[in-house]
Amino acid sequence: MTLDARIPSGPIQEAWDKACFDMKLVNPSNKRKHNIIVVGSGLAGGSAAASLGELGYNVKCFCFQDTPRRAHSIAAQGGINAAKNYANDSDSIFRLFYDTIKGGDFRAREGNVYRLAQNSNKIIDQCIAQGVPFAREYSGSLSNRTFGGAQVSRTFYARGQTGQQLLLGAYQALERQIHAGSVTMIPRTEMQDLIVVDGQARGIVARNLLTGEFSVHIADAVILASGGYANVYYLTTNAKGSNATAIWRAYKRGALFANPCFTQIHPTCIPVSGEYQSKLTLMSESLRNDGRIWVPKKKGDKRPPNEIPEDERDYYLERRYPSFGNLVPRDVASRNAKALCDEGYGVGKSGLGVYLDFSESIARLGEKTIRERYGNLFDMYQRITDENPYKVPMRIYPAIHYVMGGLWVDYQLQSTIPGLFVLGEANFSDHGANRLGASALMQGLSDGYFIIPNTVGNYLATNKFPKVDESNPAVQEALTSVKTKIEKLLSIKGKRTVDSFHRELGKILWDYCGMARTAQGLELAIGKIRALREEYWRNVTVAGSSNDLNESLEKASRVADYFELAELLCIDARDRNESCGGHFREEYQTADGEAQRDDEHYSYVAAWGYKGPDAAPELTKEPLEFHYVHPSQRSYK
Amino acid sequence: MKLTLKIWRQKSSNEKGAFVSYPMDNVDPEMSMLECLDVLNETLILSGEIPVAFEHDCREGICGSCGFVINGVAHGPERGTTACQLTMRHFKDGDEVTIEPWRAEAFPLIKDLVVNRRALDHIIEAGGYISVSTGQAPGGNDILVGKESAEESMDAAACIGCGACVAACPNASAALFTGAKITHLGTLPQGEPERERRALSMVAQMNAEAFGNCTSIGECTGACPKEIPLDVIANMNRDYICASFKRREELPTPVAPAVQRA
Repeated sequence: MTLDARIPSGPIQEAWDKACFDMKLVNPSNKRKHNIIVVGSGLAGGSAAASLGELGYNVKCFCFQDTPRRAHSIAAQGGINAAKNYANDSDSIFRLFYDTIKGGDFRAREGNVYRLAQNSNKIIDQCIAQGVPFAREYSGSLSNRTFGGAQVSRTFYARGQTGQQLLLGAYQALERQIHAGSVTMIPRTEMQDLIVVDGQARGIVARNLLTGEFSVHIADAVILASGGYANVYYLTTNAKGSNATAIWRAYKRGALFANPCFTQIHPTCIPVSGEYQSKLTLMSESLRNDGRIWVPKKKGDKRPPNEIPEDERDYYLERRYPSFGNLVPRDVASRNAKALCDEGYGVGKSGLGVYLDFSESIARLGEKTIRERYGNLFDMYQRITDENPYKVPMRIYPAIHYVMGGLWVDYQLQSTIPGLFVLGEANFSDHGANRLGASALMQGLSDGYFIIPNTVGNYLATNKFPKVDESNPAVQEALTSVKTKIEKLLSIKGKRTVDSFHRELGKILWDYCGMARTAQGLELAIGKIRALREEYWRNVTVAGSSNDLNESLEKASRVADYFELAELLCIDARDRNESCGGHFREEYQTADGEAQRDDEHYSYVAAWGYKGPDAAPELTKEPLEFHYVHPSQRSYK
Repeated sequence: MKLTLKIWRQKSSNEKGAFVSYPMDNVDPEMSMLECLDVLNETLILSGEIPVAFEHDCREGICGSCGFVINGVAHGPERGTTACQLTMRHFKDGDEVTIEPWRAEAFPLIKDLVVNRRALDHIIEAGGYISVSTGQAPGGNDILVGKESAEESMDAAACIGCGACVAACPNASAALFTGAKITHLGTLPQGEPERERRALSMVAQMNAEAFGNCTSIGECTGACPKEIPLDVIANMNRDYICASFKRREELPTPVAPAVQRA
């Protein structure tokens, strides 16, 4: 199999305009005859469903929550990037493109990333028009702040709730279309399988989470915007319900899965406090603008932080990376924290933590300014830890936060199954091996508002859609397979809960495929995952029945997918014999411990194809070409 | 520490519910309220019982999924805190903690602590937006928004749609929720052109749903995990009165309510 990314030829600055001009159009009066399914209602799905509804398509949008406004995009805190250059600090579309390619450690596609940077400005405009209350100066103009991985001030924000406000903008646009009748919202319903008829994606099988009923939805195109798969690690900053089921079932129906091992670990989360812990809480990266990160210079120093004198503190990021300091990209900040804790410099009860200290900023700017900038984050920290960060430094530790990998898509955001489009975190396309802060919101909205409304039209205008109904063998097969799976999970009646398996699986991944990986460790992890999966299908116990609200069953079905995904994640990590971005293989590092890429052998997208339940997945490589940014060893020194 | 959780159990809206007490031996003060329920549910599953159904997702106090009444207070004793961020250190060894669902006619019960809050979506659907389609936006700084307006708008926009205001109100009114959206959009210049129409249609929908009326008691703002100020209700009333005078001819028709009033 060869992969054609369909990047238009010619100068990168004109590529998207050219692609749009080359697209076939659907006559406005024919649009309502096309049914489109959107799975997920976050920034990507919500904006896509609303925009497609505005164009006149007949849209069905699905989410597993009780309302589309709950999608996990809502939890993004820090901000959204755009190349407006309002700060007059030499920013430009090209610089945002350059920073994103470099931040991704040269493992993203130039064409896609350039388009993302171009769209960034339109996104800000659109969101403001919708009434997103971005931070303002006294003059009334928009305010910006800096963010990790960049030296310009290009991040737009709404306090520490930027994701919430952007999502509410998309949600309101979506509700407007629901009112207009162009979008039908189907909440509390989870996609269980993709229906592929004669090679085309033609619908989904879904399960109503209140009644357990299965339903079949036929369409001319299916758009997955179901988010990332970070929850395979169990303890993450993701919402508890975020899951990989939609993309995983699509993978098993033939969509290729790209770069699964590119996972992001966020450097500033509240450390784990106990065995019962159900999730981790992120403290926005924006805190690194005014907070200084340090550990005691002496190993195992148990003095309270305020009693450690200045000259006995190691501000290690400022020491090692003088030009970026505390604003190095996430992967670099996380790895340094882990390395120091592993050596015994960590702080807090568990020793797994570093200080994020605001005392200097408070002395310089006053507590009022700091409260204005981060008040809600400080409150959240205090609520959880019972410590006052205005007085005592925060303790932070890295945690799994985001995944750069996802279903493979071309420039049109179409997967390897015609008619199946993938948006937002669910696809792999724009962040390479490491995502920069404030870029996830940008990508979700770029995909949903500005790309998919064009590319899906092109697909609909150039293909034929023979009638498909429920009696079609492909539909019946999908329906039977998901029913069988649910029944099987309920019938095992073993001795261990779903959560206990999930926790153990997460621990394996975190230990062997987390911040540092080795070929040997990954081999071991694959064995452990297989053994645990085997036990799962023999010894899991699921409470209740399949015909009412049953979270235990929902989780059981998702965790079953996580076992398979975890294995692919480790296979991909083992296969990539280099370090890049968030993928750090201990065997491949520079003399001073930085990631050592191998461009000669690994400058490609690793796209994996499903070959059957016990067969090894098949690797297809999409070579990456760099015409505008020359790959170099990333340096933030 | 030891606690007793007294939890409302109800299989479905058609069946009768009752409180059931669950003694808990090993509650860590650092745990969140939801983690405490997780621990209970793990035990229930292993003993073959049906776990307690409750809604939750982000567990960071922002998605608005979680929420139940704890010891008579929506989201529990801590001000400005959702149930997911309420840690157990606020309770004492030996306490009995009563947990029950939001109780309001507009929020029919689904199971245990889970209720149906679709009525809130209907209020937004009726007009809680600025009618701008993708692509129609002017440049970001073409619309200047004073810092004070942006801040006031943001205070109201912080609403997470959890429904605590309705649960806390003796009338089960959704005035704080509706007022918050009317204030969020009405305070911004972008929201000005539709301000009257928006107030009319959102209030009409709120009235059509099975919510009670606002009698300015103020329990809503006290229970609100985002501390939305009571002023938003005054803003709503002002916009509504103004609009119903100026636009008498165009009173909107609400969509079918989520629950028919009894």
